[in-house]
Amino acid sequence: MAAINRDDVAHLARLAHIEMSAEELDRMAGELAVIVDAVKSVSEAAGDGVPATSHPIPLSNVFREDEVGHTFTAEQALSGAPDSDADRFKVPAILDED
Amino acid sequence: MSTDATLSFEEAMEKYDPVLGFEVHVELNTKTKMFSSAPNVFGDEPNTNVNEVDLGMPGVLPVVNKTAVESSIKIGLALNCKIAESCRFARKNYFYPDTPKNFQTSQYDEPIAYDGYLDIELEDGTVFRVEIERAHMEEDAGKLTHLGGSAGRIQGAEYSLVDYNRAGVPLVEIVTKPIEGAGSRAPELAKAYVAAVREIVKNLGVSDAKMERGNVRCDANVSLRPHGRERFGIRSETKNVNSLRAVEHAVRYEIQRHAAVLDSGEPVIQETRHWHEDTRTTTSGRAKSDADDYRYFPEPDLVPVVPSREWVEELRATLPEPPAERRKRLKQDWGYSDLEFRDVVNAGVLDEIEETIAAGATASVARKWWMGEIVGRAKNADVDPGQLGVTPATIVELSKMVEAGKINNKMASAVLDGVLAGEGTPAEVVEKRGLAVVSDDGPLLEAIDAALAAQPDVAEKIRGGKVQAIGAIVGGVMKATRGQADAGRVRELILEKLGVNV
Repeated sequence: MAAINRDDVAHLARLAHIEMSAEELDRMAGELAVIVDAVKSVSEAAGDGVPATSHPIPLSNVFREDEVGHTFTAEQALSGAPDSDADRFKVPAILDED
Repeated sequence: MSTDATLSFEEAMEKYDPVLGFEVHVELNTKTKMFSSAPNVFGDEPNTNVNEVDLGMPGVLPVVNKTAVESSIKIGLALNCKIAESCRFARKNYFYPDTPKNFQTSQYDEPIAYDGYLDIELEDGTVFRVEIERAHMEEDAGKLTHLGGSAGRIQGAEYSLVDYNRAGVPLVEIVTKPIEGAGSRAPELAKAYVAAVREIVKNLGVSDAKMERGNVRCDANVSLRPHGRERFGIRSETKNVNSLRAVEHAVRYEIQRHAAVLDSGEPVIQETRHWHEDTRTTTSGRAKSDADDYRYFPEPDLVPVVPSREWVEELRATLPEPPAERRKRLKQDWGYSDLEFRDVVNAGVLDEIEETIAAGATASVARKWWMGEIVGRAKNADVDPGQLGVTPATIVELSKMVEAGKINNKMASAVLDGVLAGEGTPAEVVEKRGLAVVSDDGPLLEAIDAALAAQPDVAEKIRGGKVQAIGAIVGGVMKATRGQADAGRVRELILEKLGVNV
C-alpha cells in the first residue's frame, strides 16, 4: 500500500487551491493510495531494460517554423474575462511579486 | 519601510567571503512565441499578440518553435555547454495571474544545455572563470500593472491589469554554479558576468538584449561565510536587477546587509529580495516556503526535443566569433595601447570604429573622431554614441577634407555639428557655412605682415634662429583669419618672409 497520509493530501489540496473537508481528506488519503498502487503495477510490468518515459508515443522533435500565424483582437481575447479595463484583464490584487 | 543595518563593504570583506550565483533570463527575438504562432513583438497594444494557446484556453495544444530551440542551442554552445542528447519540457505549477494556464512551461530535470563556463575579463584584465550549471528553455509570463492604493506598488494595490502579449515569449534561463573566490571583486564580477552574457546573446543575434526592455533580466544570489569555511552561508535572491549598474550595486548592498545580519548573531533568512534603484537597497520579498513547491511534472502535450549531433554541429558552425576573442583581434589589428583600447570598449564604440575603418579611415583617425568628437557629443545628448547619427562615411569624408587641407581640425568639428544639425553632407556644410580654409596667399600675407609688425621682438627671435617662437605669429594670423587659415601654410609663408631656412 502506498504511503499517502492525510497530511500529504491536505498539503496537495492547499497547493492546488482546493478546499477539502476533514471527511474528504480522510477519504482521499485512502483512495489516492489505491490509485498510486494501481499505477505502480505498470512499472512492475516493465522489465529492467525499459527506461522510464513521460511519453508513451515514440515521437520527438515536433517543431513549428517561426512564422507568424493568427492572433485575437483585444476584444476577442477579453470576451470571456470576468472583468476587464483598458483592454486588459482585471484581476484582484495578489500579494506576491513573483 | 524599515532600513536594514549594513556594514561598510571593507569591513564585510575583512570578515566574510562572498559566494554568488546568477539566474539570467534572456528573451529570444524570434518572430513568434515559444509554443504559439502569435507574434513576439514588444510595445504593441495590450492583448493583441495573443491567441488561444497564450491564453491557456481548454483543449489547445502547444507546438515548439524550431528557431527558439536553435537559438537556445546556440546560447548553450556559446557558453561552452554540453547540449543534451534528449531533453523535455515540464510544467511548473503556480497560481498567479501572470500565467493564464496556472503553470509555466519550462524545463526541469532535463535542460537543453548544461555544464558550461564563461571566462569573464575584469576591468584590469584579470580573467575569472564562471561555471555554468545549465541553460534551459521556457516561456515568459504576462505583464501585470498594479493599480489603486499607492501608485504602482503591489502593497496596497486594489487590483491588477494583465496584458498577455509577453506571455509565451521564448526565454532561455542561464544558471551559474556557485561562484567562489571573487572576494572584494564580487560586485565587479557580477556586473561583468551579466554584461558578458548580454554581449554574447546580442552577438549571436538571438536576442535584442536590451536590459531596459527586460530582454535580459538578472536574479542575483548572494551568501556570505567566514573566511576559511567551506560550507556556504544562507543566501538571498535579489530579483529582477535590470541594469548592469544595478547588478553591481545590488550585490554590493546584499554583501553589506548579510554581513550586518551575521555580525548581530542572527541567521540570514533565505528569501527573495526586491531591488530598489532609487534608494539602492533591497527589501524583503517573501521567505521560501510551501509556495515554492511547484510540483514540476513532464509536460504531456510536448514530445521530447532530441537534437541530433549533426544539427548541433551545423549550429556550431554558424556561431560568430566570440566577443572576447574579437576584442583581442581588433586591438592587435588597430595597434591601440591597452588604455586606448579599454577607453574605446568602455565608451561602447567598438562596432562604430570597426565600421569606420571598414569605410576607409585609418585606425587612429577612426579613434580620434569617435573618442575625441562623438562620444562627448553623445554624452551631452544623453544617447549612445552609435545613435547620434554619425555615419562612417561622414567621418571618412571629413578626414579626407582635413588631409587635403580644405579644412582644419577645428573647422572639421564645426562641420560635424552642421552634419548633425541636418545641414547636409560635410561638403554641403563647408559650402553653406563658408568654412573652407583660406588658401589664397594674398590675404594670408597681409595678415602675416600685420602679425609681424605687431610683434617685432618675436620676428627678431625667429630671424635669429629661434624658430619655436613662430607659434605666437601663427596664432596672430589664425586669430586675424578667424581660424580659417591653413596653419601649415601660414608657417611656411612666415619663414619664407623672414628668410629662415629650416
